[in-house]
Amino acid sequence: MNIHEYQAKDLLRHAGVPVQPGEVAETPTAVEAIASRYGTAVVVKAQVHAGGRGKAGGVKLAKTPAEARAHAERILGMSIKGLVVSRVLVAQAADIASESYVGIIVDRVSKRPVVMVSPAGGIDIEEVAATTPERIRRIAVDPRYGLQSYEALELAFFLYRDVHRARAAARILRQLYTAFIESGASLAEINPLVATPSGDLVAVDAKISIDDNELDRHPELAALRDETAEAPSETDARKANLTFIKLEGNVGCVVNGAGLAMATMDLVKYYGGEPANFLDIGGSSNPEKVVNALRIITSDANVRVILFNIFGGITRTDDVANGIVTAIRQHPLRVPIVIRLTGTNEQEAVRILAGAGLSAVTDMDEAVRAAVALVGAETTA
Amino acid sequence: MSIMIDQGTRLLVQGITGRDGSFHTRQMIEYGTAVVAGVTPGKGGQTFDAGSHAAPPVPIFDTVADAVEATGANVSVIYVPPLFAADAMMEAAAAGIPLIVCITEGVPVLDMTRVYPFVRDRGARLIGPNCPGLISPGVCKVGIIPGRICAPGPVGLVSRSGTLTYELVDQLTRAGFGQTTCVGIGGDPINGTNFIDCLAAFEADAATTAVVMIGEIGGTDEQEAARYVSLHMSKPVVGFIAGRTAPPGRRMGHAGAIISGATGTAAEKVHAMADAGIPVGDRPVDVITLLRERMSAAGRGAA
Repeated sequence: MNIHEYQAKDLLRHAGVPVQPGEVAETPTAVEAIASRYGTAVVVKAQVHAGGRGKAGGVKLAKTPAEARAHAERILGMSIKGLVVSRVLVAQAADIASESYVGIIVDRVSKRPVVMVSPAGGIDIEEVAATTPERIRRIAVDPRYGLQSYEALELAFFLYRDVHRARAAARILRQLYTAFIESGASLAEINPLVATPSGDLVAVDAKISIDDNELDRHPELAALRDETAEAPSETDARKANLTFIKLEGNVGCVVNGAGLAMATMDLVKYYGGEPANFLDIGGSSNPEKVVNALRIITSDANVRVILFNIFGGITRTDDVANGIVTAIRQHPLRVPIVIRLTGTNEQEAVRILAGAGLSAVTDMDEAVRAAVALVGAETTA
Repeated sequence: MSIMIDQGTRLLVQGITGRDGSFHTRQMIEYGTAVVAGVTPGKGGQTFDAGSHAAPPVPIFDTVADAVEATGANVSVIYVPPLFAADAMMEAAAAGIPLIVCITEGVPVLDMTRVYPFVRDRGARLIGPNCPGLISPGVCKVGIIPGRICAPGPVGLVSRSGTLTYELVDQLTRAGFGQTTCVGIGGDPINGTNFIDCLAAFEADAATTAVVMIGEIGGTDEQEAARYVSLHMSKPVVGFIAGRTAPPGRRMGHAGAIISGATGTAAEKVHAMADAGIPVGDRPVDVITLLRERMSAAGRGAA
């Protein structure tokens, strides 16, 4: 789960990291009031889950409260990568002598948290890694002991030759590590970490992603979720305990299991179609889940055919069949449906479907080909 | 005849009285697996009804250490809720269990950064978490892979997926290719056993003559496995990679199935495997064709 910059900064502040002062606002009037109170130049920053906010015009410097208000009027309500801005952060502008990057991720190869620093701050770290990898230094931390002072200082000296700044940066790295572990993050970064002309360090932008699997352990973090920043269909799916990702195509896919769901999308594409979504109904076969899945898929106006691919193991195919029949009774389909099911209680499933005038095939290839052909037939008709 | 589990497997079930644990314990017993003990703290001294007149009730213990001492269990399978799974894996390793299989999905990845070194330092092998477990057809099943889709035979199978594994195993069985062992290593970013561990075990297993490897987007495990195959394996390996149409930056259900920046794409994996002499099927059904070709070529080579 991604959280907003202002939320990430609150977590860092709580961990002791020096953070650029700022407050969040939802109206131009509130933005102007904050800027007047600060009495300094401010930066008005769109709070959306998208990179490249600056390039999109979502980050503006204002020298006066009136200017801050004018920027807020334009930024609030604007769309950045399809996400509408409903909140801005009003932050006191910092004097910048230099900018660095500090961040932590969980690394799959070393199976440890890895702390990364770079003196090339303010730009995307993946770009630095691709173009000037020598400007990044990393340490894989043994999670049983945490980030040690000497490790933090070694990284900090890669950023600053001056011992005072290096010690301050080392302290920030250890505070960042603490925030990372305590919030169950999968990523935490400060970019840029700014050194001011007077030698102070301050976090000017921050990003934290929380591991979804930690949210039951951290209800206070789960409460930070901003549903307005998600596609409505994905919020709907999450509440129904389904994993759903909307794509651009027109073949709506309902599959049990993530690997089979990916393989089904791939096969749709192989036969010349375009998947409309990734949807995994999971291992259990609660008919309610199938009803919700169909509702979410059919709410996508692009969908021209629905393709079920169910391999019954723990999932009982008769439960899935019951779900399909129930869903269609509640909301008759406006597009054709192709059903592939095989495995546990298959014969019962076929009987249930037949009772509702539906048929099923047992072969995955045959089902995908049929679904893609139906889309093609409709397009040419 | 198989890898990792066989006739000597004496299975302990952690979370035996839970909804998933009890259902799958009965399935494993029905398949013929020797389930010798269960653990549910607070229910020590009770027994678990195996659901079959042929199988005796399974004794339940409060701790893994008690269960191991009383029954000599040598494999543990874990069905506890996600936030308790890390502790369960560590308890099993601390009690001296050499093979731990964690089925639980949704284990926090930071928990796994601590579990992984803990288990390794005690010399145990962990499979999973977020995996379907493993099955040596006709002999023993640990986990949730449906027994009826498998058949004994010479093919080893290793996969990061669950139902996609079943799809491939089912197609293998229908095409006449039985299996020595099918292992699901799980779809999380940090897991206990990787492709290379399984490939090495299949290479060493006399009964296995060819291997099917099923990967997916995310990480570099398949690429490293491909290098391993080109350097160390004499047996033919064929593959499949799921997620060719997955968009970058989105987690495709499995916690580990994500293209980060430009790494972990299906194309990258397919290329690495092809370069290492591992043909990769465009469709699941192509895997069967490729396997048949490679096995008959290997058979001619040996003859």
